[in-house]
Amino acid sequence: MKRRNKSAVLAVAAAMALAMGSAMAEDSTSAAIDEYRQMLQDGNPAELFEMDGEALWTEARGPKGATLEACDLGKGPGVTEGVFVELPRYFEDTDKVQDLESRLVTCMVELQGLDRADIVENGKWGQGERANVTALATWIASQSRGMSFNLPQDHEEERLAYEVGKRVFFQRGGQYDFSCATCHGQENIRIRLQELPYLSKDPGDGVGIAAWPAYRVSSGQMWTMQHRLNDCFRQQRFPEPDFVSDVTVALGVYMGVQAKGAKSIASAIKR
Amino acid sequence: MADPMRIRAQEKDGKVLVRALMRHEMESGQRKDSSGQVIPAWWIQDVTASLNGKEVFSCEWGPAISKNPFLQFTIKEGKKGDTVSITWTDSKGDTRTDEATVS
Repeated sequence: MKRRNKSAVLAVAAAMALAMGSAMAEDSTSAAIDEYRQMLQDGNPAELFEMDGEALWTEARGPKGATLEACDLGKGPGVTEGVFVELPRYFEDTDKVQDLESRLVTCMVELQGLDRADIVENGKWGQGERANVTALATWIASQSRGMSFNLPQDHEEERLAYEVGKRVFFQRGGQYDFSCATCHGQENIRIRLQELPYLSKDPGDGVGIAAWPAYRVSSGQMWTMQHRLNDCFRQQRFPEPDFVSDVTVALGVYMGVQAKGAKSIASAIKR
Repeated sequence: MADPMRIRAQEKDGKVLVRALMRHEMESGQRKDSSGQVIPAWWIQDVTASLNGKEVFSCEWGPAISKNPFLQFTIKEGKKGDTVSITWTDSKGDTRTDEATVS
């Protein structure tokens, strides 16, 4: 009796497998990838960078020997909670739309007296003061974990940045004739094992802009949105944009506005 | 000096789940830099953990452990308020000890 039941179950399973065909294989692949990500999530080394950033925020540094606690990230001096999901935004003192990192650079230059060229023009990813910007951005972003993106679009400059970002997103160029939309303008596609988020609409919670800054296990590096965008340009074989340049901020505005309502999972972990 | 670890210790049903993140390059000695020179090996060799000063866990690591390693283990007996201490020593003789209180 028992044996007969077993074979009946097997037959049903076989029929189901036939009926579902390749869709099922596809599902099990992405389920396995999700499981791998879940395992990584438990011990995310991004927390080490969060610790660094938290310490840097209150440490008196630079020629002026000042902390960053007077830094206004959009919600008043010293406020770090909830600022990340409302950036980039317009700042009156600089008369510019700034993202988290360009704003941090402004504060480090204005408050601490650090040399902007050391961070921006001559800076290298993961080194010197730029690494400190990354650590600070990681900690500040983590202060908005679970909150929904809600970028302001009240100021004219913010709306302009959105339009510029949109245009850059669909602008084809470079030797591959690629645009951002070439990879990120369709649903449910991926490169090898990496799903490509559909960025010209709301990609959902913890996807796209809501998934950065993130620790990349394969390289052991902490990456911010600036770093991620820089690498997108590199992959398109465009000239790499300057750190915190207007074009990267404009793309941040475009993606941030499109992702309105998506919950941030920063700081995240990536393969 | 080595960077601090991040240790979390949580008690559940009389067991303590310890999760520790260590900041370390864990250089395998197999890689070369951009000028073709071998990057010298540098990794964590020994890890020991203790509960209220009594050693409960130890291991020897090699160069196959990842950069910024994550270690998770369970201590059979423990209660809230106990102190978990973890120490690592690397191949350069550098060492780091951090503590956490069981919550």
